[in-house]
Amino acid sequence: MNTEILGVILMYATVVALAIPLGRYIGKVFNYEKTWLDKIFNPLDKLFFKLSGINPGNEMTWKQHLVTLLTINGFWFIISVFVLTNMSWLPLNPDNNPSMSWDLAFNTSVSFVSNTNLQHYSGETSLSYLGQLILMLWQFISAATGIAICAVVFNAMKERTTEKLGNFFSYFVRSCTRILFPIAFIGAVILVFNGTPMTFDGKDSIITLEGAQQNISRGPAAAFISIKQLGTNGGGYYGPNSTNPMENPNYLTNIVETVFIFLIPISLVFALGFILKRRKLAIMIYGVMTAGFLCLVIPTIYFEMNGNPAIAEMGISQNMGSMEGKEVRFGSAASAYWAINTTNTSNGSVNAMHDSLTPLSGMFTMLGMMINSFYGGVGVGFINFYVFIILAVFIGGLMVGRTPEFLGKKVEAKEVKIAMMIALLHPLMILGGTALASFLYAGNPEAYAGWLNNPGYHGFGEFLYEFCSASANNGSGFEGLGDNTPFWNISTGLIMLFGRYLPIIGPVAIAGMLASKKYIPESAGTLKTETSTFGILVFAVIAIVAALAFFPALTLGPLAEYFSFCVAN
Amino acid sequence: MKSNLFPSIRLTLVCLAFFCGIYTCAVWAVAQLAPGQGNGLTMNSEGKSYHINIGQAFNSDKYFWSRPSAVDYDAAGSGGSNYGPTNPDHLSEVEARINNLLKYNPNLSKAEIPSDLVTTSGSGLDPHISVQAANIQVDRIAKIRGLSEKKLQQLIVSNTEKALLGLFGTERINVLKLNLELDQLDKN
Repeated sequence: MNTEILGVILMYATVVALAIPLGRYIGKVFNYEKTWLDKIFNPLDKLFFKLSGINPGNEMTWKQHLVTLLTINGFWFIISVFVLTNMSWLPLNPDNNPSMSWDLAFNTSVSFVSNTNLQHYSGETSLSYLGQLILMLWQFISAATGIAICAVVFNAMKERTTEKLGNFFSYFVRSCTRILFPIAFIGAVILVFNGTPMTFDGKDSIITLEGAQQNISRGPAAAFISIKQLGTNGGGYYGPNSTNPMENPNYLTNIVETVFIFLIPISLVFALGFILKRRKLAIMIYGVMTAGFLCLVIPTIYFEMNGNPAIAEMGISQNMGSMEGKEVRFGSAASAYWAINTTNTSNGSVNAMHDSLTPLSGMFTMLGMMINSFYGGVGVGFINFYVFIILAVFIGGLMVGRTPEFLGKKVEAKEVKIAMMIALLHPLMILGGTALASFLYAGNPEAYAGWLNNPGYHGFGEFLYEFCSASANNGSGFEGLGDNTPFWNISTGLIMLFGRYLPIIGPVAIAGMLASKKYIPESAGTLKTETSTFGILVFAVIAIVAALAFFPALTLGPLAEYFSFCVAN
Repeated sequence: MKSNLFPSIRLTLVCLAFFCGIYTCAVWAVAQLAPGQGNGLTMNSEGKSYHINIGQAFNSDKYFWSRPSAVDYDAAGSGGSNYGPTNPDHLSEVEARINNLLKYNPNLSKAEIPSDLVTTSGSGLDPHISVQAANIQVDRIAKIRGLSEKKLQQLIVSNTEKALLGLFGTERINVLKLNLELDQLDKN
């Protein structure tokens, strides 16, 4: 079999093989059971709490969880804006890079605190090492925020009636120290041994074989890259992210970085099974997510390996597939696989330029972000999926005439209203934003000529992709878009804010309200949610609510591009 | 809110010290044991130092050409073209590169040209080309340097990096290493 396809199969097999034990471990971490790492982490956590003046035993209601989350995230945003707008005189700036403008600093701060990592700047020329390290801090703790709030939802799903759902700080610190830190460290070590820089020296300068001078950006990259992959952050150290041979030097590092994208999102689904002692439920969720993922990844790999039809017409050989924007050391299959990994989760790192993907592959990457819950971002992916489960329970209940119940709790009007609002928020922001940008551009194409790098349908796709990426907290882009302007910085900044916090607030509220309701044991009248039938229903809800809402927009962009160029020729 | 604010501030500072301080320094310390000491992988040839993983521009006829680059191999400002697959500017650039290849490699037929040699990479710093991309340049280089084609083909074979464990990924050739050895071969 083709070695490129084998590589892809290896990456998926590896991530599932690692996610099972990791899921069990995460389950233990959030159930406060003993693990073999306790000897190191118990004292460390105690030190964290002591220095912060926190009592980790102080249980919180769902409202207190949300207030805590928003308070600490708000503080991060303020520090972030301060550092980014003052980098030029702060320490650790050997390349003398400038401070950011206020709108770019706003966008970048929201972007990193919200776990999005949309980047309207290029790391080599726009950040000092201090700026990079501060952004790396958000990569750790925004990911920990997502995992912690997911743990709150897991806790709320247990079979009992309660208002108290654990301590947010405790879940947060456990996510930081016991989950993210050790795995990120292992990843960083693998990277430095394969040639990724980890230095505080400035640029290197060499003379090439042909005698030209070449400056080479370096910095504390390995520490940064490992966590940006693991925490579904995705913000690259270098401008073109993991296409850069410093950021992703060879096929082995590409395997590690790709595996890191899915590792925690899949583990969390398995962790749910261990925490609730409902393996079947976890398998149902994993099954739906995997089916959705396969529907997107298989055609994408096919189209990328097949090459660009417009180039095939010129009569050259495309044995390697469509190579514009791709690296030879990864090849088109591994690049396509990464593209779908990174857009299904809210990661957003790239190892090939998405703007240059063939039209339908570009559409599948957008679909991944539109759905945003096939594995999804760390913690928040499951939370998004939870909204679809609630909707499916409600619809399923109506269809068979049974009381909508989920895990022994009655799902009533209030919960369904919240779920529906959250499910519709995402299309509203993406389609509204794209409509606004298109309206401005169409009204005055000369004034906004700098926005688009590509004409026609593909240009529309650049708008659509950018808003998908912001709303899904993804962070990748059709990077041809000239996006460092006040319009894009502010509009996507606001959308990232809403796209991050409302889909956390809604589901946590639902879970919290359900947790405080009376527990009703399963009876013959209960709609079974652990079956494949229910899985199909969830899949159908996702397809109808999430995917079909976007169909008209997709026909104007990638589908039109595909049919007018690739099929017509 | 108030009761959370100070613990939040203090916890953030602890995280700052732990991740930006301890984690970063730990990775840096490990990097000192790694090849290249965390400065990127370099190799020396005739007293000059080269970054193995960073591609270089090769424009002269006597070297194997590397892939086109949207940033002209600027390793302090890397990036791709971000051209969509059907962009007319992109397609005319590809067309021009094909014609350029045919001009400098007169015995070449269009169908032999691999796509990687006429498209730009994502980083603009791709250090590799496909084996096919090296093979089609043999004829030109052999003539200019007066070397036998057989020798050049052997050079390509010995410089071909296999897929990982022979099973996973692509076969490729590091253009810089290939050209350094080509210079050596020419000297002997």
